[in-house]
Amino acid sequence: MAFDKMELRDIEVWDGNFAAAQALRQCQIDVVAAYPITPSTPIVEGYAKFLADGYVEGEFVMVESEHAAMSGCIGAAAAGGRVATATSSQGFALMVETLYQASGMRLPIVLNVVNRALAAPLNVNGDHSDMYLGRDSGWIQLDAYCPQDAYDLNFIAFRVSEDHDVRLPCMVHQDGFMTSHTAQGVKTLTDDEGYNFVGDFKPMNDMLDFEHPVTHGVQTEEDWHFEHKARQHNDLMTKVMPKIQAAFDDFEKLSGRKYNIVENYDMDDADVAVVCMGTSVETAREVATEMRAKGIKAGVVGIRVIRPFPFMQIAEALKGVKAVATLDRSAPGGTVGMLFNEIAGCLYNLDTRPMLSGKIYGLGGRDLTKKHLVDLYTELQANVDAGKITTPLQQFIGVRGPKLSFL
Amino acid sequence: MSEMKKIKNLKEFSTSADRFEGANLLCPGCAHSIIVREVLNATNDDLVLSASTGCLEVCTAVYPYTSWDASWIHIGFENGSTAVAGAEAMHKALKNKGRLKQPERNPKFISFAGDGASYDIGFQWISGCMERGHNIMHVVLDNEVYANTGGQRSSSTPIGGSNTTTPAGRVSYGEKRNKKDMVAIMASHGIPYSAQVAPNKWKDMVKKIQHGMAVDGPVFINAVSPCTTEWKFDPKDTMMLTDLSTDSLVFPLYEIIDGHELNITYRPKNVVPVEEYLAAQGRFKHLFKDEYKYLIKEWQERVDANWAYLNRREEARV
Repeated sequence: MAFDKMELRDIEVWDGNFAAAQALRQCQIDVVAAYPITPSTPIVEGYAKFLADGYVEGEFVMVESEHAAMSGCIGAAAAGGRVATATSSQGFALMVETLYQASGMRLPIVLNVVNRALAAPLNVNGDHSDMYLGRDSGWIQLDAYCPQDAYDLNFIAFRVSEDHDVRLPCMVHQDGFMTSHTAQGVKTLTDDEGYNFVGDFKPMNDMLDFEHPVTHGVQTEEDWHFEHKARQHNDLMTKVMPKIQAAFDDFEKLSGRKYNIVENYDMDDADVAVVCMGTSVETAREVATEMRAKGIKAGVVGIRVIRPFPFMQIAEALKGVKAVATLDRSAPGGTVGMLFNEIAGCLYNLDTRPMLSGKIYGLGGRDLTKKHLVDLYTELQANVDAGKITTPLQQFIGVRGPKLSFL
Repeated sequence: MSEMKKIKNLKEFSTSADRFEGANLLCPGCAHSIIVREVLNATNDDLVLSASTGCLEVCTAVYPYTSWDASWIHIGFENGSTAVAGAEAMHKALKNKGRLKQPERNPKFISFAGDGASYDIGFQWISGCMERGHNIMHVVLDNEVYANTGGQRSSSTPIGGSNTTTPAGRVSYGEKRNKKDMVAIMASHGIPYSAQVAPNKWKDMVKKIQHGMAVDGPVFINAVSPCTTEWKFDPKDTMMLTDLSTDSLVFPLYEIIDGHELNITYRPKNVVPVEEYLAAQGRFKHLFKDEYKYLIKEWQERVDANWAYLNRREEARV
């Protein structure tokens, strides 16, 4: 069996879903096990069409649930080959058990997560609740801000995840609808460039090597479980970031597109900054530029690598800033937002640290407008001028009804 | 080509090379290990195996040891079938792409799971695997109870059994519902082969396993696995209990080909009363009180009716 290559234009008009599907095609996945869910469905639909048209070769298993999708991916990855799938929201939540199993068994799997809210109430639109649910699962998590990123980061994901020093699964996140269904110009790689960047899959501990039988998914109790988890965490903390950096460097050489572990925008001399993820990064950058025209030294820190979390790089970016706001797009469930917590952790031991406040925004696909960000930067500057936080530590942006603020 | 083992007698069987080691933590008298050996011994081909969470899994792969001299995976409680289905899909993909390390081999993909992991929590996963036509075999080690977690009822637990979540007590005779007919449900998927087997009838079992390995497509096997701990009998009596289960027709041995053609594969010369099967197990002890004796009668009637049904199905050839 053979497959045909596809001629792409230098710039194609793709939404985030189709960009991810094209990246999967170019990486030539051996097994995709998947289940449909809005808004990620077009990724696997796209892949199915490539298969039907003879542009990819491999097994496409349409299973009966997302839990089975990741279970099938785990079995396939343990057998020894390139594996990917996609999901969102409730499907991601159903997968959670298997996410821990995939990472604990050190299996390289790429999961495209098109971020969407979690019910109840049921909601199909984009927020980061599902992304946050996976944050302790031992996966690498990369965040795309636009369709171009969704395309490029898939190549990075396979390169890093399948590295024999890493052998950890990797999620590529993009915002539901805002990225997944918004068509933009996407600069492409040729099929050969894309495939050669990730390279041939090199199996390790593969069940299909019958000369070397392996046991995957053992039992360990108090005698060994801790060591397994600690070693896995150690590899996430020490080995992954250099591999991501090396992949970013190589990718820049190949494509001219530069990615950074932390995407700093106008941070060199910033007095006030927001830290955010996903499509909000672009909005914040636009507003920061406008604030500078008004004399407020505004900057943006975009999180590109969510796990492992870039503590050192963020501390470096924020150490001279006077006031920082974190933007969390997930209901914090009785505490501060995840980003607030992580950023506080980055900053606490610095000699001088910025004032930090946390904002919750955009739940269930509610827009974050430029006006919201103008108000936010203005508030941060007011805190700087007053020399203290004058507003509640946690506030909700863009919610109707009485203004919600806490702490 | 597939390589099926030819084993003539028990002595030959017991000395044949094993890919499931006797070094494991299963209870003395546990039928699981006997069934697993009988299944694996049916072939010389390479194996890709899975076990769902349960007695077999926790007793055979405790780091840094393994009892498996074959590729083996455990993911979770519900998804052992899908684990080997994923591996089977990868095998197919790599075969088509010319990337198999040993392309001349003809591996068999087998998932083992208890009745809890098959009848209950893993039901959907198994159904999915059967419907999608993976070339895998799912073997249920059916001991009619969640043995690994200490004897809770499953949907395979029969009426009148005393279990830790449906205990017999002052006002209860224990489990109130009869087990569901998993072989029929799986056969309804139109799969090429499904069968019920028992470790005492090892020739029947090996024949069925080899049949299952030879067909193209999913295979479902339900194996009765008497549990010394939860059925409450002396560990030395495992085979005696298995004999009682098949010879009382509580566990009739049969196969269903292509989802409809039913063949009874074992007809006991002397059918044993169900009462003897029940009396040999502590879990049914309370049924022998006067107020519950009607249940023993009902048991016999149910088993007779099922046997008559199987015979009619066989005769009808539909």
